[in-house]
Parts: sequence; structure tokens; C-alpha cells
Amino acid sequence: MENDQDKLLGEVTSGEYKYGFVTDIETDVIPKGLSEDVVRLISAKKEEPEWMLEFRLKAFRHWQTMKMPSWAHLKIPEIDYQEIIFYAAPKQKKSLNSLSEVDPELLKTFDKLGIPLEEQKHLAGVAVDAVMDSISVKTTFRETLAEMGIIFCSFSEAVKEHPSLVQKYLASVVPYTDNFFATLNSAVFSDGSFCYIPKGVRCPMELSTYFRINASNTGQFERTLLIADEDAYVSYLEGCTAPMRDENQLHAAVVEIVAERGAEVKYSTVQNWYPGDKEGKGGIFNFVTKRGICKGDDSKISWTQVETGSAITWKYPSCILRGNNSVGEFYSVAVTNNYQQADTGTKMIHIGRNTKSTIVSKGISAGFGQNSYRGLVKVQGKAEGARNFSQCDSLLLGDKCGAHTFPYIEVDNPSAIVEHEATTSRIGEDQIFYCNQRGISTEDAIGLIVNGYAREVINKLPMEFAVEAQKLLQISLEGSVG
Amino acid sequence: MQTEFLIQIKDLKASIDNKEILKGLTLEVKPGEIHAIMGPNGSGKSTLANVLTGREIATVTSGTVTFEGKNLLEMSPEERAREGIFLSFQYPIEIPGVSMVNFMKTAINEQRKHRGLEPLSASEFLRQMREKKELVEIDSALTNRSVNEGFSGGEKKKNEIFQMAMLEPRLALLDETDSGLDIDALRIVANGVNKIRRPDTSVIVITHYQRLLDYIVPDFVHVLYDGRIVKSGGPELALKLEERGYDWIRKEAEVSEETWTTDRK
Repeated sequence: MENDQDKLLGEVTSGEYKYGFVTDIETDVIPKGLSEDVVRLISAKKEEPEWMLEFRLKAFRHWQTMKMPSWAHLKIPEIDYQEIIFYAAPKQKKSLNSLSEVDPELLKTFDKLGIPLEEQKHLAGVAVDAVMDSISVKTTFRETLAEMGIIFCSFSEAVKEHPSLVQKYLASVVPYTDNFFATLNSAVFSDGSFCYIPKGVRCPMELSTYFRINASNTGQFERTLLIADEDAYVSYLEGCTAPMRDENQLHAAVVEIVAERGAEVKYSTVQNWYPGDKEGKGGIFNFVTKRGICKGDDSKISWTQVETGSAITWKYPSCILRGNNSVGEFYSVAVTNNYQQADTGTKMIHIGRNTKSTIVSKGISAGFGQNSYRGLVKVQGKAEGARNFSQCDSLLLGDKCGAHTFPYIEVDNPSAIVEHEATTSRIGEDQIFYCNQRGISTEDAIGLIVNGYAREVINKLPMEFAVEAQKLLQISLEGSVG
Repeated sequence: MQTEFLIQIKDLKASIDNKEILKGLTLEVKPGEIHAIMGPNGSGKSTLANVLTGREIATVTSGTVTFEGKNLLEMSPEERAREGIFLSFQYPIEIPGVSMVNFMKTAINEQRKHRGLEPLSASEFLRQMREKKELVEIDSALTNRSVNEGFSGGEKKKNEIFQMAMLEPRLALLDETDSGLDIDALRIVANGVNKIRRPDTSVIVITHYQRLLDYIVPDFVHVLYDGRIVKSGGPELALKLEERGYDWIRKEAEVSEETWTTDRK
């Protein structure tokens, strides 16, 4: 295993963003701009029931009263929402019965990304939902999963086929009024994944959604809803890439997780949206709301994220620990190189008794990158025996980048124990020279040191992702020293 | 003329922050020889190690260093290592989170690649780890940890010698390897060096004190003073230094402008 990891690390030699290609495919796009008509048009395109349209319209009306948040430690250029296209779909036949009906260009795209959609060829044990621009292209292994009662499909299908589940849980964790971007998403969300694990079922394979932005001037607004019923278990992966384009593109997603009594959800992300070029031109604006609720007793939600992409990242995967003895975890590595900016962290809201949370955040800044950790640990009055441990580390490469930490702690129960540790370090010339003296090049030395630094988080990822994440860390930092 | 010497240092001058530290150092080492370089603090011992391994702290202003017929000064630090130069650091560096296993495997395979060899298989690598661990009497627990992280001074030095055993260099530079070691640790470290040395491995022992040389017996002893080698001799010179300190050298050096070179008869 170590050997494979080394080999993969060794293979990585070019520092360019390698997912930057554009797929030449006919796309169904609506006119740019946002209005009530656009919201209605999106809903109509998706042939949605009335309740779904109502939800969107409520959100849109509310959004019009809101202002973009400005509290984050980010420099965000003005975003003109009338210049964005809110719906783009690769043109294809209405319903797909088999893979042979998928446009070959699409298949090629996902192949290039290393996401083969042909099930028999696919890596054992991962079911994939592939989303390109605004729609879900293909979900694999559905039948296998259905036999166990597991629902894994695109969000649009869920709206049609499982309306009662969607209605019960949609916006139950992130209400449509939650924040500027979540509200925008609620109005115009296009597609995403839906997953339901029934009572007592352990999902036998990793579920995975792969998001791809292709069309230009387009925003991506996907919505993911993940429900683990009582004593269910699921591990879910999310990956994302986009072409290299000179203009910035907006990505504003919402992910909601519900863990019922005794359920466990592990959610892993390797975020590799196009980060912009070395001068800071282009790149994705990534404004994402991710939140889970440990609704029942003894439930657990664990977020693991490796954030290497996007020009701007604004993202706080959080846990509401409502059930007694419930557990929330957040493991994060965020890299900012060149002119990337990240303001990311988590919120752990302790409501139930004996709830526990762990936060491990590892920021890495290089070039002119600005990396901020922002985290809230809140212990409510009834959360007897709540415990939190937070560790926030920052690693700096070079002297033009920045690392910032904004921890917020609110404790309303005297029995709570909250610990916070923070460190800032620099990759030392002496560490690099030590590696050099053993025959290891400077680039490889940085890769080793950074992966060593991030190991605690990387180890939380499923194996396939761990290797990819290691490679990504190395690529994102190439050329950042010397 | 080319291959008689493993390394040939000629009239080497080097500065740090425009201050000249090495002022014309000449030293020649044949394969298999052990040379000790002794000298008081500030004489340029560590600078010599830095210059030979390519650390950028020091700037070479003139002179040549030829290693196996190649111009060493043109090579990057990692190339020098791959060519077979190993430095046992005076202060080994900690690299948190990087396992010794991963670190060693990366280093060995980089060096093998340089020599046109295939990477070691996992089983062969682990076999070598086991074998070399026993040779240098290093605790297994240490090699399962991150590189030097939380190691004691003695453990760090042992770990340097363990790495030397794994990498099998042509030329080992031991920079103050005895500093911070108690007598038992010193013996283990020194015996380790003797055990892993192949007949053609050359060693340059840089040391302030004579005691390490009781275990690693040098063929030649050189005294470095004020950036030059001012006296060379056999092991007995080290004993004399131990007995009489560096003052008499200082006096001799002050009355002579001459540079001594290794006496090879």
C-alpha cells in the first residue's frame, strides 16, 4: 500500500491543473440572469411538482431581501447575478435506459477525469452519481443498492419518485432562509444527489457524487440530501473539478445530512475546483453550506474535507448534535496557493447530553494565499457533559501568504469541557535540506512534509480518496518553494 | 589521476555573509580511508560539512572539489547525496508526521533511480530495515515513529547512523556525531559505523574531541584552524591534541603562513 502511494506521488510531475479541459457537447442553456421567471423556467425544465416550485419561489423572494455576507476574511469581487446562467444541461435523451444511450462525449469526459461510469469496469465498491453542469448524468449501481432498500439517485429523480421523503427532509437542516448562498441555492438549485439508507442497513459500498462544471458563464447550484435512518451507516464521497476559464464561476451548493438514532454518516470531500491561474485570474467561487444533524441519540456525523481548489472557498461543514451521546467530527486540510483564498471551518452545536465533537483543521498557505480557519463551538444549556476538542494548525510556505484563526466558543453549561489548541509553523529550509541530503528533491520533500503534516486528516479518508488527496496536495503546492 | 582519490578538495575558500570562513583548505581522501578533522570552535569544521553537502548557507569563492572525478560544487544537494555523499547531522531535523519508513523508502528509491536501479520491493525494503536496525542497535519503536520527532539526542544520532546503514554511502561525513552522547551511546554509534562500513567506504569524522576516535580509528588526523588545515598526522596527533589542547597549534599556526597538506608517503 505504501508502495502504491509512493508510486502515485512519484508520478505527479506537472504542476498544472490537469482537469482544465472543456467538453465539446451540445448544451441546453437558458438565458442569463435571475428573475422569478427564471426560477419558474428551471422548475418547468425539471418537470417539478407544484410544492417544489413553491419552495423555490419562497426562497427566491426571500433572497431578494438579502445581502451578500461580508464577515468572512475574504476579498470577494462584486458578483453580478444577472450575468450568470443559472441552468445548463448537456443535451441528451430524456430518459436513459442503459449506458449506451449516454452521449459518448460525456462518457469520455468522465473517463478523462478517472470516473468510469461503466459499472463492470468500475472500481469495486463505489457507486457514482455523476453531475455535469446542472444535471445528473448517470448513477451507477442503483439496482444493487435498491435490493437493500437504499435509494441513491439524482435529486431530480428523488423529487419525482420519493416526494414524501424529500418533502420531509428538504430544508430541515438548512432552512431556505439560512444564508444568502443557501437561499440562492434553494431558489435555483439544479441537481445533485439524494440518498436514503433505511433502518438498520449498512451501505455496503462507498457512495460518491462527482460534480463537473463544463459550460461557461454558468453557476452550479447542486443540492445533496443524505438521510441515514435508525442504525444505518453510509460513507459518502464527493469530488469536483471544472475547466480552466478566465472568468470566475459561481458554485453555491447545499448539503444536508440527517442521522437518525444510532445512525452514522461519514462524508468526505476532495474539492478540486479550478483555482485560477498563477496571477489569480479565473477560478471558482465556492460558497457552500454543508450541515448535518445528529437527530437521534447515539448518532454520528463525520466530515472530512481536503480543499485544494477554488479561487475563493467559503464553507463551514457543521454538526447539530441534538441526540444525546451524539458525535460530530470535522477533519479538514485546506490549501491556498498563488492568489487563492479560503475561509473555512465548522460549527459544532451541542444540544443533547454527553455530546462530543472533534475538530482537526490543517491550513496550508503558499504563494500569496490567504487561509482562515473559522469555527464555532457552542454548548447549549442542556448539553450536560458536552465535550469538544479543537486543534487548528497552520503551515506556511514562503513569506507572502497568510494564516488566520477565528475560533468562537460559547458555553452555557458549566459541566462542558472545551479544549482548543492552535499552532503555526513554517516549512523550514532545514527540513528541506535534511531531505535533500538523503537524495530527495525539494518538490518531493515538500510533498513528504505537507503530507506528513496533513496525515491525521488524510488517514480519515477512504483509501481511494486518500491517495488522490496526497497527489493533489503535492500538485497544488508545486513551484511554491525555491 | 582521475580515480585515485574519492574526493579531492583543493584550495577551497568559502564565506558566510561575506566573512571568509574557509581560507584555502586542501584535503584528499582515497576510497576506504578514514580522516578525522579536528579543530577548535569556529575553525570552519561545520562550514566544511555545509560546503561539501551543498547547503546554501556558505558561498564558495574559489577552489575545487572533485568527487569521483566529477565537479561536486556544480551539483545540487540531492545530486550529491545520490552520488553517495552522506552527512550525519550534528543536529538532526525533526519532520513531524513523516514516518521513518516512508522517508527512508523515498530516499533509497531516489538514490536507486539515480543509479539506474529498480525501486526496492516492499519486502526487500523491510528486510533491509530489520537487518540494519540490528546492526546499529536501534530500537524498533524509533523507526516506526516520525522522522526524529520526540527522539532524545542519543536516539537522533543513532538514527543518523541507521540511515547511513540503509543508504550505504561512498563517503560519510560525521559532523560532531559524538556530541551529546554518553559513553554507552557513543560506543554503540561508533561500532555501528565500523560495522556498516564497507572496505571502500570513506569517512570524514568532524569532531572537537578525541574520544570518538578511540572507536573509529582514523588513518589520518588533520587539524583545522582558522579555515585551513594547519597540521596533519596519524592517530597519535589526536591523542596529542587531547592532551595538550589546541593552544600549541594556535601558536604554531600564528608563526607560519604555510599550509600543511596530507603527508602521503
